[in-house]
Amino acid sequence: MNNILALFKKETSSYFNSPIAYFNIIAYLAVSAGLFFWFGFFFERRQAQMTYFFRLMPWIFLFFVPAMTMRLWAEEKKMGTVEMLMTLPIKSHEVIIGKFLSSFLLIAIMVILSFPIPITLSFLGDPDGGQIIASYLGLLLMGGAYLSIGLCASTITSDQIIAFISGILMCFGMLVIGFVPYFRDFGLESHFGSITRGVVDTRDLIYYFSVIGFFLYLSVLSVESKRWR
Amino acid sequence: MIEVKNLTKSYGATIAVNNVSFSAQAGEIVGFIGPNGAGKSTTMRVITCYLPADEGTVTVDGYDVFEESIEARKRIGYLPESTPLYTDMGVVDYLKFVAQIRGVAGHTRNERIKDVIDICSLEPMMHKNIGELSKGYRQRVGLAQALIHDPPVLILDEPTAGLDPYQIIEIRNLIKEIGRQKTIIFSTHILSQVAATCDRTLIISNGKIVANDSPQELALSTMDQQVTQIGIIGPHEEIQTKLEHLDFVLDFKKLDSETEYSCYHITSHKDHQTAPELAKFVSQNNWELTELYKTAIDLENVFLKLTQSESQRTGELG
Repeated sequence: MNNILALFKKETSSYFNSPIAYFNIIAYLAVSAGLFFWFGFFFERRQAQMTYFFRLMPWIFLFFVPAMTMRLWAEEKKMGTVEMLMTLPIKSHEVIIGKFLSSFLLIAIMVILSFPIPITLSFLGDPDGGQIIASYLGLLLMGGAYLSIGLCASTITSDQIIAFISGILMCFGMLVIGFVPYFRDFGLESHFGSITRGVVDTRDLIYYFSVIGFFLYLSVLSVESKRWR
Repeated sequence: MIEVKNLTKSYGATIAVNNVSFSAQAGEIVGFIGPNGAGKSTTMRVITCYLPADEGTVTVDGYDVFEESIEARKRIGYLPESTPLYTDMGVVDYLKFVAQIRGVAGHTRNERIKDVIDICSLEPMMHKNIGELSKGYRQRVGLAQALIHDPPVLILDEPTAGLDPYQIIEIRNLIKEIGRQKTIIFSTHILSQVAATCDRTLIISNGKIVANDSPQELALSTMDQQVTQIGIIGPHEEIQTKLEHLDFVLDFKKLDSETEYSCYHITSHKDHQTAPELAKFVSQNNWELTELYKTAIDLENVFLKLTQSESQRTGELG
């Protein structure tokens, strides 16, 4: 626990010591608000609802989350610091969890900073508060799932660009599988869709937690594979 | 303290370390030398639990590095080759991070960080980011993080690479100082360092240990010749012709010197009492003797001889 905390602190401060975090957050807010208000025909629709905003999110996350996770492991490999890190008395899963949590914090901040949108809506009309809160919860869960996939992609390479692109591809695969008949429940978007309707089902929670668990486990395996014999 | 038994490690088809065994006791400083690609770093990476061995075992303080990796890692301070550090972190933040994972208790942590900053003379840079530091200071940060938990075992992979002569001497003294209570294994290319710092030298070549002894012993056992330096005031030509006729002189070489007397390096068999004979020789000829001493062992020659004969041998086999 102590180790996870130490790593979480280190990762978080390195996010905020570099422009990456700020840049990512600002770009995310600009793109999602822009797409929502203009391309979503928000003013033409004359409806104070955020449904369209949330419907955009699986596609926006596809690019923004791998951009945040690409450096998590690839950078350690490139700079050689992975050798220092993995010879410290810390278990591989503690490293992975610490890194996951710190990028999760970043996603949470990013998502929460979109709060002016629901506030604006409440001035313009009467949006469904419960539904919006449920959707934000769903956004965090889905963000966690994207993160774990992106982190896993980052462990397989020392090149951040490759980590970014393979992160997008892996997330995309997990997203579109939901559009294949019979595989709907495996898609990243399907469960989010049902949460945005305002119903948080345990099945949805279980789905996201298992995706996160599975990809974090794969990341640990990928990191540990160097030590196999 | 460290026991390496029949260690073998290969990368694909290349064998990096081939059936290597050695041990290091507490309080011993072991110098690890060998040509590039000889297997020094690979051996160190196995000892520090970064890479698994293909065959053989390594124990650190009784803990197997593969089976009880975390316990072994707790007892090791490690400075990897080329000192990888988080360049976006501050010096103190970085040391805090390592101290926390190294299990340095919270209430002693700040004190301990202050100690290693003192030991490694990092005060002037302690409020900077690691990325802003020069190579020498980065090296010290690397050393500081290796020392932070006061480990019984230190593994330093080329701790003096890229440093200027002053810094090299500083680091060397530091290693000597710390080495009184700890087991230290360090690798280097600079052979004079080994002679000046180590209790024992391991020479590794093509993944095999070709020598394992103190630097002095090594020189004596490998070299069958000694070199004596002598300074004589007298007629140059006559000195040279007479030197050629001395039967114990295997070879001699005139040194370039700007003094009024001429200096020679006399090579003779290692068991021969060369200095007294030379003194007699000079007085018999009524010349004046200005200096006469046996030169220090030349590790460079030892090294070349050992590593070359090894590569020749493998060359013949191939």
